Amino acid sequence: MKNFFGKKSAPVNPGSVLPVLPFSMNRRLFLQWAGMTSAAGVLLSSCKNDMLGPDGAARTGIGADVDVNLGSGDVGILNYAYALEQLEATFYERVVANPYSGMSAMERSILMDIRDHEVAHREFFKAALGSAAIPSLAIDFPGVNFNSRDSILQTARTFEDLGVAAYNGAGQLLSDMRNLNTAGKIVSVEARHAAIIRELISPNSRAFAGDDVVDPASGLDKAMKPGEVAPAAQTFIKQGLIASNLPTM
Amino acid sequence: MNLQNILHEIEQVDGEVYDRLKHVTRRHMFSSITKKALSVAAPAVMATALNKAYAQSGSTVTDVLNFALTLEYLEAEFYNRGLAAGGLIPAQYRDLFDQIRKHEDAHVALLKGALGSAAVAKPNFDFTAKGTFPTVFTNFQTFSAVAQAFEDTGVRAYKGQAANLMSNDAVLTIALQIHSVEARHAARVRMLNNAKGWIVGMEGFPGAVYAGEQAAREREVNVAGLTGQTEMKISEAFDEPLTKEQVLAIATPFIA
Repeated sequence: MKNFFGKKSAPVNPGSVLPVLPFSMNRRLFLQWAGMTSAAGVLLSSCKNDMLGPDGAARTGIGADVDVNLGSGDVGILNYAYALEQLEATFYERVVANPYSGMSAMERSILMDIRDHEVAHREFFKAALGSAAIPSLAIDFPGVNFNSRDSILQTARTFEDLGVAAYNGAGQLLSDMRNLNTAGKIVSVEARHAAIIRELISPNSRAFAGDDVVDPASGLDKAMKPGEVAPAAQTFIKQGLIASNLPTM
Repeated sequence: MNLQNILHEIEQVDGEVYDRLKHVTRRHMFSSITKKALSVAAPAVMATALNKAYAQSGSTVTDVLNFALTLEYLEAEFYNRGLAAGGLIPAQYRDLFDQIRKHEDAHVALLKGALGSAAVAKPNFDFTAKGTFPTVFTNFQTFSAVAQAFEDTGVRAYKGQAANLMSNDAVLTIALQIHSVEARHAARVRMLNNAKGWIVGMEGFPGAVYAGEQAAREREVNVAGLTGQTEMKISEAFDEPLTKEQVLAIATPFIA
């Protein structure tokens, strides 16, 4: 199976019942999907998970050397969002726990708020996906200097702009209206974060909605497909993310 | 906007456009075109998405876009008049409002171009809202407060219409790309008013702009319980939609 690092994959299959978000991938489609992976162990382990119920206890021991399959359909897109939220939440948790030198009270307040929002998004997706959720990801931030204001704010800007573009591009890939509505409630909060972080970097300028991110001719923010976003996110995630089963249209 | 010109533009990025027009379903056609052309020819794609069947008055997509156009007319004229009013906007804030104005002008042009002859006309506006904000173009605090109300309403208005655009991938994506720009604007303007960039509970003025924003559960998930955060904090993390009727009730006082 193809993944972004070309690793040999041992996919974690997210197929199971969703306690909160009914999704359109029924058992027949799931079996088709499982068959396409041509990995017998996947099917067996998923059946086992189904039988064990929604606590997902069977999927323990996920190590950094195991690839994570986001899955397909709406669940795949929600897992993709969950992965991005894990990345953002972990980043801000570390930023707040290890404040860079010279962090002002206002900056600290803003970064704590953003941390809380990203944690809320992460925990929402985890609960909503239930046993279909991908595991907690092993995350690190190579090249990010947590003692440097510049490094932290530039990284925050990158994550927030990427999140906005990812949600904007994923909207049309969702088939359940309720999932689209939820994504809409989150993406505008990410855009608010992006604007405020950009304001901290370049006060009283046009940067909050700068020409580098909002096309000046059309007034449109960016929209990126999972195939463009996942490789950028992969830099910070130790497991290989398998996005190849996500919907593309 | 001339359909032939639009097709010609799309042909530059999708050589099979005419075949697609003949042989595939409309939804498939738009999706295929979108993948290739979204970033380079957004207005053209959007206009094509609205051709013939979609551009008939009364279709859901056209109605949503005309609703959006009306809000963009409101915002664009508001910022253009604010920037033209001598002594209103302090020098250090002119760039930020000029950037917002530029985007709202672009949104008007994009939506008008896409709707073509189906576009609604620009109403006449009364930014005092029938006398509620008499100093809107002479007092910066008033101007900035009204700007925040318009931007937060715009975010909620687009969000509320997303589901109505699911039949048309190209238009949905463009609406989402406008939606997040409005949220960037809202966050920046809120800072001018000593507010957080995000909406806290239902705090804000006028109250109708923030009705329902205190919601702390998403899809029945008790996020406060899961995280140990307050419900007020959870309300910040999820922006809520407004219905078309709620938005029109907010906007109507500004229409002369």
